[in-house]
Amino acid sequence: MSDATLPKMQARPAATAPRFRSATEESPAARGALIAIATGGLALLVGAPLAAVFAEALMQGWGAAVASLASRDAQSAIRLTLLITAIAVPLNAVFGIAAAWFITKFDFRGKAFLITLIDLPFSISPVVAGLCIVLLFGANSALGGWLVASGHPIVFAVPGIVLATVFVTFPFVARELIPVMIEQGRAEEEAALTLGATGWRVFRTVTLPNIRWALLYGTLLCTARAMGEFGAVAVVSGKIRGQTATMPITIEMFYNEYLSVAAFSMAALLTGFALLTLLLKTALELRHADALSATRRH
Amino acid sequence: MHIQIDEIAKEFGTTTALHPVSLSIPSGALVALLGPSGSGKTTLLRILGGLEFPTSGRVLFNSQDATGLSVQERRAGFVFQSYALFRHMTVFDNIAYGLNARPRASRPNKAEIDRRVLKLLDLIQLPQIAARYPTQLSGGQRQRVALARALAIEPRMLLLDEPFGALDAKVRKELRQGLRDIHDETGLTSIFVTHDQDEAMELADLVVVMSMGRIEQIGKPADIRARPATEFVREFIGA
Repeated sequence: MSDATLPKMQARPAATAPRFRSATEESPAARGALIAIATGGLALLVGAPLAAVFAEALMQGWGAAVASLASRDAQSAIRLTLLITAIAVPLNAVFGIAAAWFITKFDFRGKAFLITLIDLPFSISPVVAGLCIVLLFGANSALGGWLVASGHPIVFAVPGIVLATVFVTFPFVARELIPVMIEQGRAEEEAALTLGATGWRVFRTVTLPNIRWALLYGTLLCTARAMGEFGAVAVVSGKIRGQTATMPITIEMFYNEYLSVAAFSMAALLTGFALLTLLLKTALELRHADALSATRRH
Repeated sequence: MHIQIDEIAKEFGTTTALHPVSLSIPSGALVALLGPSGSGKTTLLRILGGLEFPTSGRVLFNSQDATGLSVQERRAGFVFQSYALFRHMTVFDNIAYGLNARPRASRPNKAEIDRRVLKLLDLIQLPQIAARYPTQLSGGQRQRVALARALAIEPRMLLLDEPFGALDAKVRKELRQGLRDIHDETGLTSIFVTHDQDEAMELADLVVVMSMGRIEQIGKPADIRARPATEFVREFIGA
């Protein structure tokens, strides 16, 4: 076909020409239905509950909501949740990088098994995970008995909550990093080695910059999940008010005591934390769009 | 640098990538490892560069045993198949990487690094692109940047894995001459892997034809064309 025929065919008078759809374009009806399902579903399943939480929290005005968050128990819960998150997230970032590095840069037997093992916290019920920790470190086990006797209890104390949170949020960083690192392959690392760089330098100057966006994303997801974890923490914490009650646990307690404003105010605050992490991610993505497209190809 | 490959064999688990092969590469030669995929040519190149270690056999650099030398100690300028440029660094930082990675005592100062990088950009005839990122370059430009980055470490030899593999036919022809020129200018012993017999015959002083982990023939391009040693060589070069 000569080059001249193609434009001619397309240059038919617009008035008489039927409108051709591209191969991937749906009919108007199908498009309308898809858009309605997506927006309707989003509004119903995400928008409405979110709005309800904030509406309930502010039912008696800002003053009541803020006052309920200023109570001793509420303050203790907020501090505890922030502390747990501040410990669990860096730990999981390091574990996640190590696991992803190990899995993607080396060939070894049992790799598939290891990947499944990393995913285990996703498939196992958090309550079961909590029970495992209680069984291992609780006062009834030999190890737990000794720990309690020596004054370093794990269960019904902060270390147990950290353990439970680390367990539940373990896969987030590794899961984000593994596909990115597999796709990037080992060539850049090998190139750096042939140029004389040591292993640590290769990691610092080549590997880490290439995975930084996936790492950030995984870390933010991990943070949101760590702040919100309920099941496993409910089992290991013992729910001691003012001591081992995290924000989600405290919300449940307030709710069960018909302290509606207090419960929903704290729920709104927890939601706010989660929204903040998402906002942070979006802002960073917008700001570094160029670097992002250069280092990430999906 | 003279390179001696002495009965090198490589196994990956139960598969044999290289049967014991021996090869002597004279100092300053431009050598092609020619063969179809799976012939073991890339494995041999990676063993020379220190990226793989042989199951048995020895590698000698200037008659010194180099088999156990680490990849960093080899000082081989390695050009990877898809170039493996550092995508988050500018062209300048890519080329300067090897110099910046040196231990402090032997690291050139900033002005000297600047000078060397600019000189290499001149050598590859791309003096204007120092501030660009790899994604902003054409395939041919990437290949030349990868070459400059490998040359920056003042390598003892140049190893190139399918250096023209990812390029279209026209650019391929131009860059062939470019590699020949750079080789002649630097005088480095250079070994490149290719599956393209035209490329090997046109560019190399010495062609090593490989198949299924064995060396089928070693010779000057004209000799291989005139007297293929085996049926495989005859068919592969289409003589």
